[in-house]
Amino acid sequence: MKTKQYLIIGNSAAAIGCVEGIRQLDKTGAVTIVSREAHHTYSRPLISYLLSGKTDRQRMRYRDADFYETYGVAPLLGRTALSLDPAQKTIALDDGQTLPYDKLLVATGSVPFVPPMEGLDLVSKKFTFLSLDDADALAAAVTADSRVLIVGAGLIGLKCAEGLSGQAGSLTVVDLAPQILPSVLDEGAAALVQAHIERQGVRFLLSISAARFENGAAHLTDGSTVPFDVLVLAVGVRPSVSLAREAGAAVGRGLITDEYMRTNLPGVYAAGDCTESFDITSGERKPLALLPNAYLQGETAGLHMAGGGKPFCTAMPMNAVGFWGLHIVSAGSYAGDAYIKCEGEHYRKLVCRDNLLQGFILIGDVLRAGIYTALIRDRVPIDTIDFELIKDKPGLIAFSRRDRQKKLGVKPA
Amino acid sequence: MKRIYVSEKWCLGCHLCEYYCAFANSGSDDMAKALMNRRINPRIQVEERSGISFAVSCRHCEEPLCVKSCITGALSSEGGLITIDKNRCVACHTCVLACPYGTIMPSDDGMMQKCELCLKNAIGEPACVKYCPNRAIIYEDSAAPAAAAQ
Repeated sequence: MKTKQYLIIGNSAAAIGCVEGIRQLDKTGAVTIVSREAHHTYSRPLISYLLSGKTDRQRMRYRDADFYETYGVAPLLGRTALSLDPAQKTIALDDGQTLPYDKLLVATGSVPFVPPMEGLDLVSKKFTFLSLDDADALAAAVTADSRVLIVGAGLIGLKCAEGLSGQAGSLTVVDLAPQILPSVLDEGAAALVQAHIERQGVRFLLSISAARFENGAAHLTDGSTVPFDVLVLAVGVRPSVSLAREAGAAVGRGLITDEYMRTNLPGVYAAGDCTESFDITSGERKPLALLPNAYLQGETAGLHMAGGGKPFCTAMPMNAVGFWGLHIVSAGSYAGDAYIKCEGEHYRKLVCRDNLLQGFILIGDVLRAGIYTALIRDRVPIDTIDFELIKDKPGLIAFSRRDRQKKLGVKPA
Repeated sequence: MKRIYVSEKWCLGCHLCEYYCAFANSGSDDMAKALMNRRINPRIQVEERSGISFAVSCRHCEEPLCVKSCITGALSSEGGLITIDKNRCVACHTCVLACPYGTIMPSDDGMMQKCELCLKNAIGEPACVKYCPNRAIIYEDSAAPAAAAQ
């Protein structure tokens, strides 16, 4: 039998998930990874930890140094896929090579979204913050005196601020939204986290945006001016879909796939930040640019490419992040009846709708949050558990004796 | 693979499993020195309420969501044993968010820790099982061990 050719474009969580999925079932097929970035697979969220010195290039590897060897992967790093020919089942690379495939995974990730802003081209020291190369370039530009202006108070902008904390002269974050972390937190939680970050010396300018830039200064919509030495653009990310779209792949808010991560092109799969997901808690199809989601999608694709696997249909927003020691975990969506408890820097919000837990935000005390996540993921009817008991402290004790025994592995008597 | 199973029928709620877990993973050979006047962070924890009690530790899932969700690659599964490389952990708490049993928790230094069945410490077999006075925690090879099913 001819050796199956697996080709993966991308080298991050979805790509690695795909490799590990393929190898669960197919030990002999040829697997090739093509990546624009010339680095061993690394954990993208760790670039802020690299800035702050809490990790290093060795430890931020997403898999061991011998991963490609162990998994029988041929890595083509520093190579860009220029086009995809779904009829011939080939991709063309920037070095002139044409690579054939039987199964292709498009895991092209996302690209920073930079809205058109007047005068931005005049700014010499401007950076995005999504890749290891971005982090290296930013680190080289920032000195102890640098006034750093970050546009965007989302996860990327704030993790960048934390990474630069103590290494720059000043840190200012500006955002058009009235609150920080609008995609993760509600208003109350955002205010609490904002106050915590302000105590670390970061200045926020919210409900405001830059009307115009010149080199070294941002002129804001309220007429004020913020001088800066280094500008970081962290407005958001967009799925990187052009390669697949030009080949005829269906695109909504990201590449459209079925629950096995198949696109509409035969033999072509997509996973990770370049796709749109069906969020089980909101019923919406939208990009969920989150590492666990990317891995699970990639693994699902890999298993299916190798002839097996099962559908992935439990996607939802999920975030775990810390800022200067304050932990935040959240999942799901927040439309419904809310239970809220707020004490100091502890915040707890659980949202129920239609007899199901739909979402939660925990700040400070986040222990055992996964028990809540499982209630959402497994669509556990609230009236089948003692929900009151675990509103403040998640535990398996909320389940019936029978379910507890099932969970803890013991046959019911 | 051999796994830990717990029985709430036999659990006394004595919390000895928590103390032996903390001791086994302390690197010390003196239990009193290891645990006295310390807030312990055991990898097995007892849940209890109105006469019901049971211990919970990592289930070493066949489909480990913690491993698949880990953003750094610090968590891995080998031969069914799920371990964490604390050197690569950055305490982002994604595993805490992912684990359906709530069994991954911060260690003394804030990085995450979990039950590794005592296979990586000097005890070499699960201390919680060895020292449970009522055999409420067992270590067996079956998915539905008869001993705990009674």
